[in-house]
Amino acid sequence: MAEAVISVSGLRKSYGDFEAVGGLDLEVGTGEIFAFLGPNGAGKTTTVEILEGYRRRSGGEVSVLGEDPQRAPRSWRERIGIVLQQCRMPPQLTVRETIEQYAGYFRESRPVEETIALVGLEPKAGDRVGRLSGGQQRRLDVAVALIGDPELLFLDEPTTGFDPTARRQAWKVISNLRELGKTIFLTTHYMEEAQYLADRAAIIVSGEVIAEGSPAELGRSTGADTEVRFRLPDGVTTAELPTGFAAAETDNGFVALRTGEPVRALNELTGWALERGVDLSSIEVGRPSLEDIYLELTGRGAEGSG
Amino acid sequence: MSGPALALHQFRYDQKVFWRNPAAVFFTVLLPVVFLFIFATIFGSDEIEELGGIETTTYYVPAIITLAVVSATAQSLAISLTVARESGILKRGRGTPLPSWVFIAGRVGNAVVLSVLGLVVVATIGRLVYDVDIPWDRLPAVLVTLTVGAASFCCIGIALTAIIPSEDAAPAITNAVLLPLYFLSGVFIPETEIPGGVLEFADLFPIRHFFEAFFAAWNPMTTGAGFEWDQLAVVAGWGLAALLVAVRTFRWTPRGS
Repeated sequence: MAEAVISVSGLRKSYGDFEAVGGLDLEVGTGEIFAFLGPNGAGKTTTVEILEGYRRRSGGEVSVLGEDPQRAPRSWRERIGIVLQQCRMPPQLTVRETIEQYAGYFRESRPVEETIALVGLEPKAGDRVGRLSGGQQRRLDVAVALIGDPELLFLDEPTTGFDPTARRQAWKVISNLRELGKTIFLTTHYMEEAQYLADRAAIIVSGEVIAEGSPAELGRSTGADTEVRFRLPDGVTTAELPTGFAAAETDNGFVALRTGEPVRALNELTGWALERGVDLSSIEVGRPSLEDIYLELTGRGAEGSG
Repeated sequence: MSGPALALHQFRYDQKVFWRNPAAVFFTVLLPVVFLFIFATIFGSDEIEELGGIETTTYYVPAIITLAVVSATAQSLAISLTVARESGILKRGRGTPLPSWVFIAGRVGNAVVLSVLGLVVVATIGRLVYDVDIPWDRLPAVLVTLTVGAASFCCIGIALTAIIPSEDAAPAITNAVLLPLYFLSGVFIPETEIPGGVLEFADLFPIRHFFEAFFAAWNPMTTGAGFEWDQLAVVAGWGLAALLVAVRTFRWTPRGS
């Protein structure tokens, strides 16, 4: 990993008797897109707000761009960009005016038109913010966070409430930022999003990191390699399936087998199907998605802490 | 940019936001004018004997100026800062290098400009339509009253945000505080029509004192420069107390989070 932009060790935050974050460790390297995942109430927002300098911690060490966010000087804010979970810009200003306003807050800022283009809002540059769609307003949020040309960008649930098209557009914007060499700390509920964008991800449950690594590494950590999945054909019972599949889990009429030997399993299955003249048109072969891993890990985490 | 340059930058955008918000323009700029026309029409050119026989319109011009200034400062600041807080704009601003005071300064600058505008518009209409003389010889007293009043009512507006939980509640709460005081303080109804006990109660609050200071300047019976230091001291005291409350209670993050 490249030089650490964010380095956290033993971070704790308590609200009265409640410990929201209990001994959290994190490292984020330069130029990484780092996804921070976890269920509601896991301590995600608390952690992010400590990194952003909005909240004070109860204990532990935090360094963001070489400064302690709690004591960082104003110049530190020139180097970070923040997209809050919720922020409604004044509807009366145009897209361009809004960005120009924020540009004025920084000693050095990116060119306004170029930043508008980066988030794909050129056709809307002269429109009032109040007339933008939800997805466009979110892209404006990103543009505003980028205008100071930050080294590190915090994106807190940037695509919540988006339709699939808007989500794809937002992902494209975030991928563009990778090209610019920005380090991105992404908080999200959408595992698909983390899978698509993240170089590395950490899953947090009850204030602790329970898994960390690239999406592929996280996949290996669960021990499940490849999943073969198909709809149980009509008139066939699980007992008739070839060895291995007979004992596989069924869910809503689907048989799903996780195996470390997908080629052998498929060979057996397809051989069996040809012999029996059974239609397996719904067959899918895939690696478990980050969502599967997330559900497995957070389920386990919840059991462990309960 | 330096602090003052940043404040000017912020003020320019606050002005744009304000003038493009029809509801804000109506309530802050036009409504006082509408009130002036309504009260002047209803009460015509009656004379108020108890006040030395001055015309009712001579009474209403400083009364509506009081309303215009309070509305441009206390009311509009309380509402616009609550909206900025709840929409996450204040929090977002804290995440940039912009010093926090600049944000407040921009809004206060907006309130001051609108106060001056309110005073000029109401005084001018009073002169042109109702023949109420502008007290040019007492202009210093008018300006001092405006300065003390605008500053104090800005602080009161900022302090009020502490008791406003949401954007929706902002107009309701500010009106619930201010409207009764306009009535009790002789802004809507000439003070000669209000029982003495009620006026004593209204004297506990700053609006009546602020009005009395403007009224002294517009009242042709006034002798001298028209400075009402006692009245202004009460207004400034309220302003100072509000400032202390504001410094301790002002929130930059939405109430929801």
